[in-house]
Amino acid sequence: MTKQMTGAKMVVQALKDQGVEVVFGYPGGAVLPIYDELFLQNDIRHILVRHEQGAVHMAEGYARSTGKPGVALVTSGPGATNAVTGLTDALMDSIPIVVLTGQVPTFMIGTDGFQEADTVGITRPCTKMNWLVKDTAKLSETIHQAFHVATHGRPGPVLIDIPKDVQFATADYVPAEKAKVSHYQPRTEGDPDQIARLVELMETAERPIFYTGGGVINSGPRASQLLRELVAETNFPITSTLMGLGCYPASGKNWVGMLGMHGLYEANLAMHGCDVMINIGARFDDRITGRVKDFSPRSKKAHIDIDPSSINKVIRVDVPIVGDVTKVLEEVLRQWRARGSKTDQRGLAQWWKQIDEWRAVKCLSYKPSTTTIKPQYALERLEALTKGMDRYICTEVGQHQMWAAQFLGFEDPNRWMTSGGLGTMGYGLPASIGVQIAHPKALVINVAGEASWLMNMQEMGTAMQFRAPVKQFILNNERLGMVRQWQELLHGERYSSSWSESLPDFVKLAEAFGCKGIKCDDPKDLDDAIMEMLRYDGPVIFDCLVEKHENCFPMIPSGKPHNEMLLGDADTQGVIGSKGAVLV
Amino acid sequence: MSALNIKKGSSSHSAYDLRSANSEIEESHTLAVIVENEPGVLARVIGLFSGRGYNIDSLTVAEVDHTGHRSRITIVTRGTPAVIDQIEAQLSRMVPVHAVHDLTMEGPSVQRELALVKVKGKGEHRIEALRLAEIFRANVVDSTLESFVFEMTGTPEKIDAFADLMRPLGLIEIARTGVAALKRGT
Repeated sequence: MTKQMTGAKMVVQALKDQGVEVVFGYPGGAVLPIYDELFLQNDIRHILVRHEQGAVHMAEGYARSTGKPGVALVTSGPGATNAVTGLTDALMDSIPIVVLTGQVPTFMIGTDGFQEADTVGITRPCTKMNWLVKDTAKLSETIHQAFHVATHGRPGPVLIDIPKDVQFATADYVPAEKAKVSHYQPRTEGDPDQIARLVELMETAERPIFYTGGGVINSGPRASQLLRELVAETNFPITSTLMGLGCYPASGKNWVGMLGMHGLYEANLAMHGCDVMINIGARFDDRITGRVKDFSPRSKKAHIDIDPSSINKVIRVDVPIVGDVTKVLEEVLRQWRARGSKTDQRGLAQWWKQIDEWRAVKCLSYKPSTTTIKPQYALERLEALTKGMDRYICTEVGQHQMWAAQFLGFEDPNRWMTSGGLGTMGYGLPASIGVQIAHPKALVINVAGEASWLMNMQEMGTAMQFRAPVKQFILNNERLGMVRQWQELLHGERYSSSWSESLPDFVKLAEAFGCKGIKCDDPKDLDDAIMEMLRYDGPVIFDCLVEKHENCFPMIPSGKPHNEMLLGDADTQGVIGSKGAVLV
Repeated sequence: MSALNIKKGSSSHSAYDLRSANSEIEESHTLAVIVENEPGVLARVIGLFSGRGYNIDSLTVAEVDHTGHRSRITIVTRGTPAVIDQIEAQLSRMVPVHAVHDLTMEGPSVQRELALVKVKGKGEHRIEALRLAEIFRANVVDSTLESFVFEMTGTPEKIDAFADLMRPLGLIEIARTGVAALKRGT
């Protein structure tokens, strides 16, 4: 019952079998046979991007907002090398994507042929796994295996390099259900004994905190549901990394805000002062820990992670639990309920009192202005005017990204797309298009800085062509804001190359692309301008001119522990020594 | 009353010094890594070591199961216990890796390396080289009137000792395979 077909047809058939509906890509010589097959069918939609980096970020945005793997298709050589940044971004943030690259025919590999690059060699360190398929008979199974690897265990990017002669040759197609069972079967069930130790720790904790991360999102919506149940049953405070925003609602009463370098005062001090830390799907990133030696010095730490190499990598923990967040939380809740567990009510009441004192500091306050738009104010208004809408937020990288994380509230998982690990400027615009393609009716906003946004602005063409009504909300300070902030604090206010000279007129740029441009520089006009953006049925480039030298606070300077946080400009005088300046 | 004393700018220590003054001592470990024998798998393993800054003291690789397409990579590496743990975890999570055994931790093991040692010399040096080779149970696998090539197997320490003795006697070239190792017993 096997079916003979060409490699190119196999690719399309395998994608259909895997439930793929959209492919983001860019054609070229080495993938022409696949594009021919795409032309001859109507099940899979192809989104033509303007640059291959855009294709991979769109696939990431699609994946993050749906929980399904995103797919990109690019040609050999420059097509593949342009995909490298996106692959690395997906690896750092554990995003399941499948990238298909064309390659010169097998008999030309190694001859420095036109548009030849050692794609599997170049992408080996930036993929979870990659394959060069030299035999059409192995192509369909490799594609099924690729989807399996991308979505099982800790998710990540995979790449399949397909030489052109393999696309033309004919072989038997192997359907997904007949494909060889992969030996890659990472453990998903947590060790019940370790979970029992965690439950005991939780029963006796006086100053506990849930420290959650992107692993909760990656585990699926059920993980967020279970987490909410666990928080409700224990009444423990909960914080989250940048990657985990939305796993617990920002409106929830136990929410203490994001933690980390630009996290909230109460979140960071709770991390520093807790006696039991329960890490769920986060990885003790350096943006979170600050100085490792002084990280949460008095706490017992439990760590739930599907990737065994995340455990004890940076911080030694007392209770390691390798497993999928959903399955582990199910078991935690089962044991908690079976034991009739109770929390330390008195200790917890004290702890909440302490946290409320920290909250009273109001670390996000800023000096308002009636003449200039403060970036924080712009985001407060955006939050107020879009609250309750079917809303997805993407960001670029920099100050605006941190302000967005601080000032926008996320009620559900998969609603927040940001480049956390790699910090890729130019991520947000293409990602927002990927999200919009997956959710055509939703409101998709990319909160951007003007410098990041320019890095992939060609993708506005994609947004126009495929009628993706993405809203590009650019906080334009005519500076590389975060670079400028570090130069102010660490490099004696020598602003070396950190301003945006010769910026385009964003309104005219919008007109050139055929979409709507809005410019606003007066706080009094801001609400109307935002409403105009929201009402417009199509892509909008919103040029929001904001205060140029605003700094992003709170801030834990590099090389400092959580309790040495800067709350505002007055705190910054001479606090960062030369050793801190070495760090990023 | 705040339980924490918030100090500002009181410290000049760096955040990322994972090996502070009281860090543990580096140990040598022999790892056996069983991998799918497919193109690029060795590059993947080596890339992990170079990319994450781990040491490789020696490395051997060969297919050991033709029907199952399995290769065995034996790596001798150095690091603090935390680093060794991390190396094992990083190797274990790689898709084409089937198993990782830390032979140093899993009980006694047999470790052997093969070396070819070329010694050039005349007269008394030549006789002394031959005499020492006998003590070390090295075989002569090539000979001219002015040189020998000795073949010997043993632990890396034994080969080091032999090479040290041969150096003043005219050692001119040495080829070593790196360590192959198996756990003792069943």
